Amino acid sequence: MDSLYFEPCDLPPKAEALRGEIRDFLADNLSPYSPEVRSRSWAGGDPEFSQKLGEAGFIGMRFPKKYGGHERSAMERYVVIEELLASGAPVALHWIADRQSGPLLLNYGTEKQREMCLPGVAKGETYFCIGMSEPDSGSDLASIRTKAVKVDGGYIVNGTKIWTSEAHRCHYMIALFRTASDVEEKHKGMSQFLVDMNTPGVTARPIRNMAGEQMFNEVSFVDAFIPEDMLVGEEGKGWQQVLSELAFERSGPERYMSSHILLHALVREVSQNPTERSAVAIGRLIAHLATLRQMSLSVAGMQDAGQDPSLAGSVVKDLGAIYEQDMPKIAHELIGADPQLMGGSDFEKVLGYVTQAAISFSLRGGTREILRGIIARGLGLR
Amino acid sequence: MSEMRDILNDTVTRLFTDLVTRETFGDAESGTWPDQLWSACVENGLTLALVPEEKGGAGLGWADSFVIARAAGYYGPPVPLVETMLGSWLLAEAGLEIPDSPLTVAPARTDDNLQVSGNTVKGTAKAVPWGRHAGHAVVLTGGQIVLVALNPSKVTEDCNIAREPRDTVVFDNASVIASAATSLPSDGLQVYGAMFRAAQLAGGVSRCLDETVKYAGDRVQFSRPIAKYQAIQQYLAAMAGDMASAGAAAEMAFRAADRGDPRFEVASAKVVTGDAASNATSTGHQVHGAIGFTYEHILQFTTRRLWSWRAEFGAESRWAEEIGRQVAGRGANAFWPDLTARQSGMLA
Repeated sequence: MDSLYFEPCDLPPKAEALRGEIRDFLADNLSPYSPEVRSRSWAGGDPEFSQKLGEAGFIGMRFPKKYGGHERSAMERYVVIEELLASGAPVALHWIADRQSGPLLLNYGTEKQREMCLPGVAKGETYFCIGMSEPDSGSDLASIRTKAVKVDGGYIVNGTKIWTSEAHRCHYMIALFRTASDVEEKHKGMSQFLVDMNTPGVTARPIRNMAGEQMFNEVSFVDAFIPEDMLVGEEGKGWQQVLSELAFERSGPERYMSSHILLHALVREVSQNPTERSAVAIGRLIAHLATLRQMSLSVAGMQDAGQDPSLAGSVVKDLGAIYEQDMPKIAHELIGADPQLMGGSDFEKVLGYVTQAAISFSLRGGTREILRGIIARGLGLR
Repeated sequence: MSEMRDILNDTVTRLFTDLVTRETFGDAESGTWPDQLWSACVENGLTLALVPEEKGGAGLGWADSFVIARAAGYYGPPVPLVETMLGSWLLAEAGLEIPDSPLTVAPARTDDNLQVSGNTVKGTAKAVPWGRHAGHAVVLTGGQIVLVALNPSKVTEDCNIAREPRDTVVFDNASVIASAATSLPSDGLQVYGAMFRAAQLAGGVSRCLDETVKYAGDRVQFSRPIAKYQAIQQYLAAMAGDMASAGAAAEMAFRAADRGDPRFEVASAKVVTGDAASNATSTGHQVHGAIGFTYEHILQFTTRRLWSWRAEFGAESRWAEEIGRQVAGRGANAFWPDLTARQSGMLA
C-alpha cells in the first residue's frame, strides 16, 4: 500500500544544530516546573514561559521575518517542538497559534490580519483557540449550526462552540461558522473567521474537566458582530480550509509525546532495580517510541515537501494514542503505585495526572474512530 | 524511493508473483525443492545482493536490500533467500570465498553452542533454517566466521509452524572450509538474523493486510461487502497502522546497518514487527472467518510464517528486555538524548 509508505526522513544538520540551543534554553528555564506540572505536556501553559520562548526565537519559527518570524524550515521547527515536548515545557498558551492558526493566516489570511496577529504570536504573547466543535457537532463537524449572517459591514454571529482549549485566556479564535444555510451539501456554506475574543457578545465559560482542571471552555456567541475584514479566506470555502488546518493539527509529534514525562518518570522508577518484567515493559515502550519518531519525522518530511500529510498524520496520531494510552496502564502494572494527589511522590502525581488525561488523547483533535475512517478511505474501503 | 529501489521492487514483485503461488507453498510443504524459484533468485542477483560487485555480488547497501528482504516476507518464497543473503554478506565481510550453493547460518539459537577446534566444528545446532537444502553453513562462533559444508546425513529434519525447514544439524567434527576473524559480537547472527526476520515480518503483515482488504471487498453478507461495515473498516484501519509501523521499524534497522552497528534499531524493529504480526494475524483471521482457517486458503501461508518469524532470532520480549536493561542502565535523563543522537546518524 504505497499511500501508507512512510518514506524515511533524516533531520538535516542545520535543523539538528538547533537541538543544543533549545536544550540549553530548557535547562535554564524549566527548573521552576515540577514533574507533575510538566506531565501536562502541551496542555499546560504559562504566559511567562511562552514569552521567554518567543523572545528566544522559538515561536513563529516558520513565519516570514516581516511578521516577527524567523523564516526557519519545517525541520528546524520540528527539532524545537519535539524538545519542548520531551521536556514537558508549559507551551499550551501559544501552541495552537504557532501550530495552526499562524500557518492558516499565512495561507488564507489578509495582509491586515497577518500584521495584526502574527508579531504577537511570534513573541509568545498572542494566543489562539480553535472554534470548530459545537455542543451538537463533535466528530460530525460539517453539521455545525453557529451562524454568521451577513449584515452591513460584517456578520452577526449566534451559536455556541465547545471544548475550546484555553479560550478564556486566548486573544483570538479561528472559528468555523455557517454563512449559508440553504445549500444542499452540508460541506458547503461554511466560512472561517478571525474572532477577537473581546468582541461584545462573545463569552467563554470554562468547563471543569474530570482531572479538576479548567482548561477547555464553552464559548457562546450572542448577536456578536464580526467585521467583514475578519473573514479568513473565501466565504463558503471554510470546509476545505479547515481540512488543511486539521492537517497541521493532527500531524505533529505531540500526537505521540503527550505522555513523555510519565515515560521519563517510569524509566526513573524502573532504573532503581530493573527486573526482567520491568525491562521488557520499558524496552517495548522505547522500541515503539523510536518507531513512532521515525514515522513522525516522515510526516514532517512530507509536509516540508508540500505533500498532503492527512492520511499519514492520521496513522501516526492513531498509533501514538495507543502507545500513550498504554503507558499509564503499564506504569500501574509495573510499579503498583497508589497515586496520592496531594502528598504522593513525583512519580505518583505524574501517574495520577496522566491516568486521567490519557483518555482524552484518542478524542481530542479527531477521535480514533474518525481517524480510522480516514485510514479506511485511504485503503479504498469507503 | 530511489531509482535503484524502484527497479529492485519491480524485479522482486514480478519474480515472486510468477513463481510463488499457492501450489509452490503446497509443494514445498510436501518436501519438493522449488528449483526454478531458487534459480531465478540466483540469476537475478538477489542471493548475493549484499556482496560487493568485485566479488560477484550486486553491491547493494542495507537500505536497498531491505526491498528484497521485505518482499521475501510479503511473498514468502520457500527458499533460503534471506539466509543466503546474510551468509554471503558475512563471508564477504570476512574476506572469504562464497560457495555456489544455498547457504544457512548457525547457530540460530543462543542456547546452541558450536565450537571450533583446529580445523573442525563441533556441537549441535537446532532450528537451522533450510538446513537440509543448504550446501553450506556460515557459522559465527568464538569471534570467527567459519564456512562449513553440510553433510545431509547429519541433518535431522524439523520445521517451524509454517513448515519451513528448521532442522537440527549435528556438527560432528565437521571440516572447516575457510575461516576468518570477525568484529561482530558473539551473538551477531541473532542481531542480523532478527533484522532480516523483522523485514520479513513487515512484508508479511503487509500481505496479510492486502489479502484481508481484498477479501472484505469480495465477501458479501447482509447484502453488502463486509468492507462496508464500520466494524470491519475500523479493524482494517488498525491493521494498516500496524503495517505502517512494522515497515517503518524494519526499514529503520536496515538504514542503521548502513551507518554502523544497528543493534538498537534491530531490537526495536523485532519488537515492533513482532507486535504488529500478533495484531495483524488475529485481525486478518477474524475478518476472513472460517475460510481463512482452511488449508486451501492463501492467508494461512502468510499468518503461519508471521507466527514463526516473530519467534525466530529472539522474540519481542528478548529484544525488549535488552533495550529495557540498556535504557535503565543509562538512566531516565539519557534515553531521549540517546535516541535523538542515534536517529540523527550519530550512533551512540
